[in-house]
Amino acid sequence: MRRSCLFLPGNQPNILQNGMVLPCDVLIFDLEDAVSEKEKDAARELISQALTTLDFGVREKVVRINDMETFHARLDIINVTKAGADALMVPKTVGSDTVQKAASILDEAEEKADLPLGSVGLILLIETAMGIEKAFEAASASSRVRALALGGEDLAADLGCSRTKASRELFYARTRLVMAGRACGLDVIDTPFTDARDAEGCYEDASYARSLGFSGKLAISPHHLEPIHRAFRPSESEVAYALDVVSAMRRAKEEGLGAVSLRGKMIDLPVLAQAERTLELATASGMLSTSRSTSTKGD
Amino acid sequence: MKLSRRTGKVMPSLKDAIRSSCLKDGMTISFHHHLRAGDYVLNDVLHTCTELGFSNLTVNASSIMACHTPLVEAIRAGVVTGIECNFMHASVGHAISQGLLANDVLFRTHGGRPAALESGTAHIDVAFIAASASDPEGNCNGKEGPSAFGSIGYAMSDAVHADYVIVITDHLMPYPLTDVSIPENLVDAVVVCDSIGDPDRIMSGTTRITRDPIGLLIADYTARAIEACGLLEDDFSFQTGAGGTSLAAAAYIGERMRKLGVTGSFASGGITGLLVDLLNEGVFKSLADVQCFDREAAASIRKNPHHVEISASRYASPQAKSTIVDRLDAVILGATEIGTDFSVNVHTDSNGMIMGGSGGHSDTAAGASLAIIAAPLVRARLPLIVDRPQTVSTPGKTIDLLVTQYGMAYNPKRRDLHDCLTGAGLPVFSIEELKEKAERLTGKPRLLKNEGRIVARVIGRDGDELDVIRAVHK
Repeated sequence: MRRSCLFLPGNQPNILQNGMVLPCDVLIFDLEDAVSEKEKDAARELISQALTTLDFGVREKVVRINDMETFHARLDIINVTKAGADALMVPKTVGSDTVQKAASILDEAEEKADLPLGSVGLILLIETAMGIEKAFEAASASSRVRALALGGEDLAADLGCSRTKASRELFYARTRLVMAGRACGLDVIDTPFTDARDAEGCYEDASYARSLGFSGKLAISPHHLEPIHRAFRPSESEVAYALDVVSAMRRAKEEGLGAVSLRGKMIDLPVLAQAERTLELATASGMLSTSRSTSTKGD
Repeated sequence: MKLSRRTGKVMPSLKDAIRSSCLKDGMTISFHHHLRAGDYVLNDVLHTCTELGFSNLTVNASSIMACHTPLVEAIRAGVVTGIECNFMHASVGHAISQGLLANDVLFRTHGGRPAALESGTAHIDVAFIAASASDPEGNCNGKEGPSAFGSIGYAMSDAVHADYVIVITDHLMPYPLTDVSIPENLVDAVVVCDSIGDPDRIMSGTTRITRDPIGLLIADYTARAIEACGLLEDDFSFQTGAGGTSLAAAAYIGERMRKLGVTGSFASGGITGLLVDLLNEGVFKSLADVQCFDREAAASIRKNPHHVEISASRYASPQAKSTIVDRLDAVILGATEIGTDFSVNVHTDSNGMIMGGSGGHSDTAAGASLAIIAAPLVRARLPLIVDRPQTVSTPGKTIDLLVTQYGMAYNPKRRDLHDCLTGAGLPVFSIEELKEKAERLTGKPRLLKNEGRIVARVIGRDGDELDVIRAVHK
């Protein structure tokens, strides 16, 4: 579940500890933009300590490492892998080269940390024009890749256009990224909404992202978690339909059928997958109990 | 022949009024703090007393605020040698903690102060009452005039019990003032000055809803806990402090009451614009106001008959036949430290320096059916929960529930809360478990032992000494 992915600056201990209680799905401890050059070492140490000692519960622990073109990236990967990061966010990803560089160091880091090979994932932050054009290549470059994420601010700068609240300038990038990511069976995470005080603006933006096929949204402020969750909360009718789909498919399976008719329409495995995603969102939104959802998924 | 009319009690100057009061060295003078950080009156009176050569005075003020730092100079000059108050801002408190004052400060509560005056335990020789409007005979209030601050509730007991009462105003109105908070029969003299204070500074800066996500999380848990305990039904009554988290909790409670279609009976205490909004929306039927925390509240109390001014005695005096605090369903309070026995410190900081006081903390905790401490588990790398707080301001037996961002702990004497809270899916721990969580983040702080002389005594609302505060030498 990657609905809400919250950045926490890696150089601020009082904010890092808030990660234990903030209601997000993914915590992204930032070593890149939020940390000045002279604080990189200290922040890396701080994040490593936080990963080792603090209990972040079920939240996925992701570290945004520094640009693969800098000497920091290798140190970041080695240290935070050992400390227990679930995944690394690779900034400024452009095609398979960036992914393979990161994956190669990660192989080494996992070996040093006695971790099973491939246990740490990669989330690719795509934030350049070339990165967008090579999104599918990057997404399919390694089995470690778990998700694609869009960095709209840097992309707008690369495109030479202004970043606007309506985000029309990102339309192509958003749809292209969703297509590339979904084609590889990955989650796709939308760019953050940058006005920390505008919760309703964030809700509108997240709702639009969901309508395009994104599975979640990056957040730069805890104030955006509630509107993001609200945007990704399925409607009652969507949940009812999803439950019917799962139930119908269960019956079809029992009867040895591959497809079945529901409400006059044929449903098959892709529809089941979509229904299961809906039920997962409904559970995360508190609309269904965990046990009910689990039993549905278990069928 | 035209008969001469009585001209009233207006004195030519503050000096004349003080002279007429027969104030002598060693006596006690009193003040209220309704103008909060904007008060000019306490400083003006001390300045005049210094000019008149007084010494060895005791200041009995409902609170000592940040603007009262000239008090430190008056202590150094020997003009003031004793202080009795319910709250002391760090700007004066730190000087006291370093042993500046010859005698011990007596800390009471907002209810304990009028009770002490009623019983004669405390005595006021001359009360100086800042009023934003007064007529020449001393009928006065805090609601009218350019320096309007709203309720004058803390001064009412002073007016009743002081030997001599001087009203100081910057807005003299024709006799008779119609909206009277303190009546002329209690007033001996009236002084007109240029300004009694800056009403814009009534608002202390802690009266805005927090935007801190952790504060909002604590507020959300607090509101959910109150609902889980079944209190959010018609005629619900509650009080909250002026801190950002408490105000956020009040806002969340208002939201839940709207959703449930519940109409509350009253909200009390220091009143903010947020509570005024809830009154105007009909979420609460009335406000019981002993002090206004902002200009919105001060404006409301002037025009809305359901926004009721109350005295400190009616608010919380344990000597009174009944009080507002005893009718409270829930109160949301803050804490600097809380002990594992739920006793709370709101007087001293982590170094043992004076930076606050009970105010109405102990009174509302004792009176309310559900007394909640809502505070972050870790603040500036210090854990909230300790074995024993540096200073016991409010006894643990009066606190029912602690709410933090990591979860909540009920006082073991309130086991009845367990099922309500867990049934609502709220994260419930023992206070020891929460303490352990905090110490995993911060380490266990070294116990601070202040062994200096006693500089202050904390008097519980029942008049007994709860604790002492010792000098801290840098």
